Amino acid sequence: MTTETLPKQENAESALGGHVKGYFERVRGGELGALPAVFGLVILCVVFSVLRPAFLSAVNFANLFTQGAAVAVIAMGLIFVLLLGEIDLSAGFASGVCAAVLAVLLTLQGWPWYLAVLAAMVTGAIIGLVLGSLVAKLGIPSFVVTLAAFLAFQGVVLLLVKDGTNISIRDETILAIANKNVPPAAGWAALIVGVAVYAAIQFVQARRRVARGLVATPVAVIAARVVTLAVVAGVAVYVLNLERSRNAALVSLKGVPIVVPLIVILLIVWTFVLRRTAYGRHIYAVGGNAEAARRAGINVDRIRISAFVICSFMASLGGIIAASRANSVDPNTGGSNVLLFAVGAAVIGGTSLFGGKGRALDALLGGAVVAVIENGMGLMGYSAGVKFVVTGLVLLLAAGVDALSRKRAASTGRR
Amino acid sequence: MSQGPILELRGINKSFGPVQVLHDVAFSVYPGEVTALVGDNGAGKSTLVKCIGGIHPIDSGEYLFEGERVHVSGPRDAAVLGVEIVYQDLALCDNLDIVQNMFLGRERKSGLVLDEDTMEEMAAKTLAGLSVRTVKSLRQHVSSLSGGQRQTVAIAKAVLWNSKVVILDEPTAALGVAQTAQVLELVRRLADRGLAVVLISHNMNDVFAVSDRIAALYLGRMAAEVKTSEVTHAQIVELITSGRSGELGLKNGNGAAS
Repeated sequence: MTTETLPKQENAESALGGHVKGYFERVRGGELGALPAVFGLVILCVVFSVLRPAFLSAVNFANLFTQGAAVAVIAMGLIFVLLLGEIDLSAGFASGVCAAVLAVLLTLQGWPWYLAVLAAMVTGAIIGLVLGSLVAKLGIPSFVVTLAAFLAFQGVVLLLVKDGTNISIRDETILAIANKNVPPAAGWAALIVGVAVYAAIQFVQARRRVARGLVATPVAVIAARVVTLAVVAGVAVYVLNLERSRNAALVSLKGVPIVVPLIVILLIVWTFVLRRTAYGRHIYAVGGNAEAARRAGINVDRIRISAFVICSFMASLGGIIAASRANSVDPNTGGSNVLLFAVGAAVIGGTSLFGGKGRALDALLGGAVVAVIENGMGLMGYSAGVKFVVTGLVLLLAAGVDALSRKRAASTGRR
Repeated sequence: MSQGPILELRGINKSFGPVQVLHDVAFSVYPGEVTALVGDNGAGKSTLVKCIGGIHPIDSGEYLFEGERVHVSGPRDAAVLGVEIVYQDLALCDNLDIVQNMFLGRERKSGLVLDEDTMEEMAAKTLAGLSVRTVKSLRQHVSSLSGGQRQTVAIAKAVLWNSKVVILDEPTAALGVAQTAQVLELVRRLADRGLAVVLISHNMNDVFAVSDRIAALYLGRMAAEVKTSEVTHAQIVELITSGRSGELGLKNGNGAAS
């Protein structure tokens, strides 16, 4: 038996070159990753800030986060379902149902906020369990199951909020989620700790791989990633820590909105689950080749159901955030464009509608694009009609890029 | 080789409803040898393999592993014994890389977290042990591999688990000439490492190139189990098509009557 190991040890120079070359090869081969979303985001931001300088103001920057938060959270859950090649059309109204449960318990029944939030989250999980079981066990296409649920949940929201009235939310804690900010000092501290931990994990991982003779990410690439994260997050924290109040003497308004660290935590948790646990690996496997996953001893039904549970659970969190931002819940909470925006966010971010490809981060990148479009066009004074048309076109464009990159991947032998 | 069989089936019967697919089949597999399983379409090769792999339960008959009677009632049981089957359609996930595919469903973990480094090392060692040098990186997606490379990964996946019996279902059916040669070489190497290999093939050239023994199925019966060196090309073809060839094969009629 030979003792040589397969990956060749390379010196640092050629490793870096190889890494960069490998990246370009993947992009040319149709694995665009986050490229379209980042590219689109930059272009949109430049266009809007040239046309409407108000777009760049600190107030508007903070608005972007609170506007896009609910959609990004729902999109993050949707990614699990999309990874399996399924779809959940009911995620929007599922978030509405959960928000209505929250509002009814909180305002009408006088429950404490933590119990009401728990009830809303449990509602979300149960919705997912039912939808997932219908898809996995009965074998009804997810498109049909969730389309039916879409209609039914719309009715449930109406029933819960008693035909068209709206229930206002007065609980301080819930209102704080989308309306209050983290103290500026805490924002900086969290940023520094976050970047340091990220850098430490990356370097330790690379060193361990080098020690075991495996091909590791070159130090220069890790450094570039850490610096990029530090700069992007640093600028965001800096701008969010600027005074946003029109009359600072009367009431001070500065700091990172509380919803931002909330989303960052969700991002870290789901990224960890998808990339570092066997469960996450199995999600990708089922999305890539369900039959192969079954033969490998993976319980495909359980994976399917769990993905729907995660999706609806995240929708419940999205509903809570939406309720907090609107200060109330009405029959349209989670309705109209919420679902389309969430699916759009996931797809624009780079998650494939064909399954097997996607990351939790996609929800944030795509969510940012959707939020910027909505916000920027609002500032330009376009009507809701134009906004819908443009967002629809952007979703179509993203799905087109997805389909084309898949074709490209097929023609270059990557799929 | 004078060792006893590692896997032995005796008097296996298997029916699907009114259709009896396997009649009193005996089949032996020896360590360090390649046993070719041949037979025309519908002869029962796939059914026999699925019975060995625990996918179909056998109706009656004995299943002996390393000389002891065992009961295999599911794929897990077969895997525990050390029996691995590489199916024709490979069962690889295109969107995962080589290491991820090789460990799919049996990931190494340290605590809650996947132990990627150990998995990569083990995968590299297994591939190196099979003298596979055609893959560029263990972290490339399976979608970017050629047919032969995919077959190699699928076989390496089966070998990774210290398996004792590896069953290959038409591993060369979809491959070109050079890749076929590569895979056959790999099959031979598996046997030389002491594994018992079962090769299902329609291609007589492949069968005679690598096998030590040939088992020919004819209409659900084992027509003959012979040493490759003792038979000719033509005899095997006869066994496949009519169930008998001179002294070899089923004695009474065409076998289907009794």
